[in-house]
Amino acid sequence: MGLTLAEKILSQRVGREVRAGEIIVCEVDVALTQDGTGPLAVQQLRKIGMEKAARPESTILFIDHAAPSPRKELSNDHILLREFAQKTGCRLSDVGEGVCHQLVAEDYAAPGKVIIGADSHTCTAGALAAFATGMGSTDVAMGIALGKTWFRVPETFLIEVTGKMPPGVCAKDLILHLIGMLGADGATYKALEFAGETIAAMPMHERLTLANMAVEAGAKVGLIASDEVTREYLESQGRGAEYRPLSADPDADYERVIAVDVSQLEPMLAAPHTVDNVHPVKELAGTKVDQVFIGSCTNGRLEDLAVAASILKGKRVASGVRCIVVPASRRIFLEAIRLGYIETLVAAGAVVLAPGCGPCVGVHEGVLGDGEVSLNTSNRNFQGRLGNPKGFIYLGSPAAAAASALTGVITDPREVMDNAIAR
Amino acid sequence: MRLQGKAWKFGDNISTDHIAPGRLFHLRSNLPELAKHVLEDADPEFASKVQPGDFVVAGNNFGLGSSREHAPTIIKMAGVSAVLAKSFARIFFRNAINVGLPVLICDTDKISAGDELEVDLSSGKIYNKTQDIVLQAPPLPDVMIRLLADGGLAAHVAKHGDLKID
Ligand code: SF4
Repeated sequence: MGLTLAEKILSQRVGREVRAGEIIVCEVDVALTQDGTGPLAVQQLRKIGMEKAARPESTILFIDHAAPSPRKELSNDHILLREFAQKTGCRLSDVGEGVCHQLVAEDYAAPGKVIIGADSHTCTAGALAAFATGMGSTDVAMGIALGKTWFRVPETFLIEVTGKMPPGVCAKDLILHLIGMLGADGATYKALEFAGETIAAMPMHERLTLANMAVEAGAKVGLIASDEVTREYLESQGRGAEYRPLSADPDADYERVIAVDVSQLEPMLAAPHTVDNVHPVKELAGTKVDQVFIGSCTNGRLEDLAVAASILKGKRVASGVRCIVVPASRRIFLEAIRLGYIETLVAAGAVVLAPGCGPCVGVHEGVLGDGEVSLNTSNRNFQGRLGNPKGFIYLGSPAAAAASALTGVITDPREVMDNAIAR
Repeated sequence: MRLQGKAWKFGDNISTDHIAPGRLFHLRSNLPELAKHVLEDADPEFASKVQPGDFVVAGNNFGLGSSREHAPTIIKMAGVSAVLAKSFARIFFRNAINVGLPVLICDTDKISAGDELEVDLSSGKIYNKTQDIVLQAPPLPDVMIRLLADGGLAAHVAKHGDLKID
């Protein structure tokens, strides 16, 4: 039997063949924390007198969750992170640079790398065939200091995707559909490997959306084989030399194979309060929204802002709706300014915030009032996620979010898109 | 090690946002204060009424969501002796072991709110005194037993100067 993509990456990294179920100690190429988890990681290292990094040049402390800081306690946490970076030579990604997972994709991820992060959506980098997974502060702290960690090699579910996406439907709808099918714990401890003709034809920004949400089905990693799309993406980031082809063996041993045909897929939404509570948008159409959030490590990329801008161009956000737009990185923000998307969105009534997590985690910007409803392009709709347990969150694509911002109620994006926009 | 206490019952899919909400993000470097709000968004009374030694008993997929280790840490700080659930989210499970919070998988339908429980960690036997039934949790993986025995991951690394799990 051949190797799955997860087994192959880990086998190459430890220098011998490893199989699902084995416990291995493995070198770590990239380690990251964010401002919600970094301070505890630093404190753990201080406590055991190991304030150091095995690979400071690829250890990154991101300040993105509460950036700029809304309160003094968090400002003090940020000081702690800056001091640690100064002392150890680790990289610091400060206020305004963007969301950690977007920046890892732009600057660090590459096929075959092992990446650990004190943030659950670290799995995003799996779109570039990196074994990337989220852990807690202590695990990542020890990974930073020792340059290695332990894993149980995961079993893999192969998600075989065929068919051409209909107009108005995108990777977000596909991953929501899959999570609805699998359930929020349907892939706990497993690797999800996305493959098939649809994935082969999928651009990198959509692949990142798929891998990003693997954890919402409980998975440890969400992986996609590297190919020409990967190579072109790395080249566009000035890192073409880091490309190498990496895929599963044709006779790999999968625990499950799940076939999905997307040719009949519709725009989907996750309804409150779990990500697996998934329905076609049209079933929920007409529900009033108070807020729309377009951004996050799931859907805050340039192409996502382009779709939103195309829907809102020359129009106005419905009165009574707050439409919040957050570019996922500074580079995306600058490109969106240059291409006129930001002007279009602001003219339509949107509020644009600094690159970072923005409202996604309910720390500051965009906190809901009691009983209010928000439609987000992010990845979690748990109770309390937008800072108020009495708020209600729906998750959908950038197109569904922009369409709903325009009408003030949940709206199937196909109703407001002309075919040119819908691709 | 024997643990004793009363069961606090929760449902399926208790997330890290229920346990340590994002709106209290600023308390993450003040864990004793954050612990006063533990599980607040799932049961507002829990934090003020839980007694040292009590158990958190839940359904499927306990601890799903973010990687915040603060979640198992404040459950432990609140005096909870162990979490019993039908299943756990992956990162929470690993974090719990790293911070020394025992987690056991068992059929929690056989435990009601307020039941008196006795748990033997080494054998995984859970005795429900109120209902007079015994439940059995599967043993933890070897690597986790080793980490727990050293007092968690940081203590393990401090002791060996390295990761010594094989
Ligand atoms: S954008 Fe949201 S999901 Fe992504 S890292 Fe930030 S808080 Fe987490």
